[in-house]
Amino acid sequence: MNNRKILVVGVIMLISLAFVLSNCGKQGMEQGAGKVSVGLSGEVDKVIKERDLTPENVAAAVKTYLPTGRHDEYIMFSSGGHSGQLLVIGIPSMRLLKVVGVFTPEPWQGWGYSKDTKEVLINAMGDKVQWGDTHHPALSETGGEYDGKFVFINDKAHARVAVIDLRDFETKQIVKNPLSLSDHGGAFVTPNTEYVIEGGQYGMPFGYKYASIDEYAEKYRGMVTFWKFDKEKGRIIIEESFALELPPYWQDLCDAGKNASDGWVFCNSFNSEMSTGGIEEGKPPFESGVSQRDMDYLHVINWKKAAETVSQGKFETVEGFKVIPIKTAVEEGILYFIPEPKSPHGVDVTPNGEYLVIAGKLDPHATVYSFSKIKRAIEEKKFSGKDEYGIPILDFDAVKEVQVELGLGPLHTQFDDKGYAYTSLFLESAVVRWTLGGEYAKMHGEEPWRVVTKTSIHYNVGHIAAAEGDTVSPDGKYLVSLNKWAIDRFADVGPLLPQNFQLIDISSKGEKMPLIYDMPIPIGEPHYAQIIKADKLKPWKVYPEVGWDPLTQTKSSYGIKAGEEKVVRKGKQVEIFMTAVRSHFNPERIVVNKGDKIVWHITNIETAHDATHGLAIPYYNINLSIEPGETQTVEFIADREGVFPFYCSEFCSALHLEMMGYLLVKP
Amino acid sequence: MDVKEKFIGPRVSRELLEKERMRFLLPTIFISLGAFLLFISIFFPYWKLVLYAPQYPDGLRVTIYVNRVEGDVREIDILNHYIGMKSLEQAAKLERSISIIAVTCITLLVFTAIYIHNQYAAFFSFPGIVYPIVFLADLYFWLRYYGTNLDPNAPLAGAVKPFIPPLIGEGKIGQFRTVATWEVGLILAFIASLSIIIGLYFHRKAYKPLVDEQNVS
Repeated sequence: MNNRKILVVGVIMLISLAFVLSNCGKQGMEQGAGKVSVGLSGEVDKVIKERDLTPENVAAAVKTYLPTGRHDEYIMFSSGGHSGQLLVIGIPSMRLLKVVGVFTPEPWQGWGYSKDTKEVLINAMGDKVQWGDTHHPALSETGGEYDGKFVFINDKAHARVAVIDLRDFETKQIVKNPLSLSDHGGAFVTPNTEYVIEGGQYGMPFGYKYASIDEYAEKYRGMVTFWKFDKEKGRIIIEESFALELPPYWQDLCDAGKNASDGWVFCNSFNSEMSTGGIEEGKPPFESGVSQRDMDYLHVINWKKAAETVSQGKFETVEGFKVIPIKTAVEEGILYFIPEPKSPHGVDVTPNGEYLVIAGKLDPHATVYSFSKIKRAIEEKKFSGKDEYGIPILDFDAVKEVQVELGLGPLHTQFDDKGYAYTSLFLESAVVRWTLGGEYAKMHGEEPWRVVTKTSIHYNVGHIAAAEGDTVSPDGKYLVSLNKWAIDRFADVGPLLPQNFQLIDISSKGEKMPLIYDMPIPIGEPHYAQIIKADKLKPWKVYPEVGWDPLTQTKSSYGIKAGEEKVVRKGKQVEIFMTAVRSHFNPERIVVNKGDKIVWHITNIETAHDATHGLAIPYYNINLSIEPGETQTVEFIADREGVFPFYCSEFCSALHLEMMGYLLVKP
Repeated sequence: MDVKEKFIGPRVSRELLEKERMRFLLPTIFISLGAFLLFISIFFPYWKLVLYAPQYPDGLRVTIYVNRVEGDVREIDILNHYIGMKSLEQAAKLERSISIIAVTCITLLVFTAIYIHNQYAAFFSFPGIVYPIVFLADLYFWLRYYGTNLDPNAPLAGAVKPFIPPLIGEGKIGQFRTVATWEVGLILAFIASLSIIIGLYFHRKAYKPLVDEQNVS
């Protein structure tokens, strides 16, 4: 028994020793994270007095301040307006996190300088067009929820749609609409991102070919395009995409139905008068010509049926693109019109898919339509007539749910988690909170279809964006007012002023809806934005493997490892395989002859977070950003002899200035 | 007494074994536990160095196994090249290449000791006992070799004086605070060593009287 005891004690001692030793040396590594509760100190009081802050100001500051190292709860993807880019902004801090190069070359990201990015950028439009007018970003969705995988944005000036991959926040594809040169009702996605919707705007002959404006009604057309999106490939499949021919009323915004109205798309319009302008000839200018009728047409489109019709081969090919003619659309029950108060703006579908909110713009009301009534009216053929192109018009009173007087110049509507809707009031410079009816009435417990409160904004609000505010389950909490004018909000910077994004706290019910932050946007006029919960985004910190091609998101055949650097000359072509690592390029000397074609592959062989290198080649108009693991290629003709010092244009290390080399072009 | 028993020690009679089972079981248990722990230690990391600097908020880690180096090796090599330190892959190549076979052999030797019932058991167990010390001595050799043989032509040659990172605990190199820790594998090896020593103690208690008997006869 004595020996047995020794055995047990011995084993226990060994185990305890293991425990003690394994903890040994680990002490002191843990960083103290003690939280100190701070009361408002004398210093804070002093600052509040000196800066003349009200308690509301202090509350706003506390709500939006993020201590260093903390991250935002939401990320907003905003149109970058005429910059042609996409803005990425943290909420509630309203800090600008990134300007993603989309339709315009962007030197910091090397966007539009490398072979791949040049090809994406000049796709279909040639290299003449160097900008875009980005309007409406659309995050990809699964089941009507943002899934954080892709974001799309349109270019109104040229009718293009871009695909941005949110693994690396880089543009992967730009498609040019072959029919039109003008879009506005895009980008919007169907609830599972089956299609990216691009509604046109200004009527024009398909293919933007010439036709006299006197033949407006016969030869000019509107359209809405459904770009088929392949989530696996991360690409729009042009061959599987199609458009719907529409009358040359100027289609404006669109929104995809969801839940109850899944399978449908709604687009409004504002020139059913088919005005053709001509102020110079004494004709009514567009601004009044398009505002003559009391009603324009909300377009109600069954996109699932449209896709079916295309798959049955019932389409025409125009400019190499599948187009469903108006006549087919009417016959197949794809297209209906609903009268809407003239020249409206946004059409926004409530989270349950039941209500369509059309803001009046020139009318102080929001007109709310019921989707179940629309469906019934279609089934029962409750038409009040047909338009000039034979499209059936549903009876207004049969489909209208209610008209709510919101205020002056209502434009766009978003939703929250409390059963409220929010609409921007352009003329009043305010955001109005109002109650929805139907199943939403029990959520807010107030009288339905009534204005609750208004918050003044500064000034001339266009779109508004609430946290996940156009999905099937909005979050509430925050709303951003995208204001067109700033006037006196910021220090004067000459006659061209920044735009003003204002953050509004919509977390409490009732009348409390305070403005808490002003953010100037000085690179263009953003239109729409979408706000996603930050934890839905799962971007890469560095590329998955060294030698990565960001365009294909696979390993590049030109990527190399350290030690594989080489220069290969074939006749007049010099192909360089270069690596970049802190703090040198390899090779450092490139000797070529004047007239040689240079194909220059460069791989950043780093794997450390943020260890980005640049490659700036003077005179040849090249700057690349080569992020950890990335391989990029530039091509140019060495058409000028001389000595060109190339260098790393990212401050990569203490020896960054030494990270350079010489391109020697011999005469 | 035959020649065999002279080398491997006296065999225990069945009657004695049944009478005093625990006396002969204890050395077997401790020595085989030691051999077992020693063997499985090669599947665990032995030593870890974490480097902290402002621009590496999560720290940089290098983890040493008996046959490989893991962790932020690439980044550490990039940083080390500035001060002219050789790349980590070049270190202890011979040791790493033979380590698995060597530890397996040591384990087998220790197991063999169980069947040797005289003083030679200590001889067979000896490599298993000193193994963790030898590992640390070799590690120290390489740390010293790396820290004191810096390339004089490196970009930052002279900025950092030759140094020896500590085997355990905190150190400082440039802007880096380093924390070295002994990891599970090494601790298992130490426990194995201790277990073998305890085993040998019971071994002596169990077999010494038999060996003495044998010598008298």
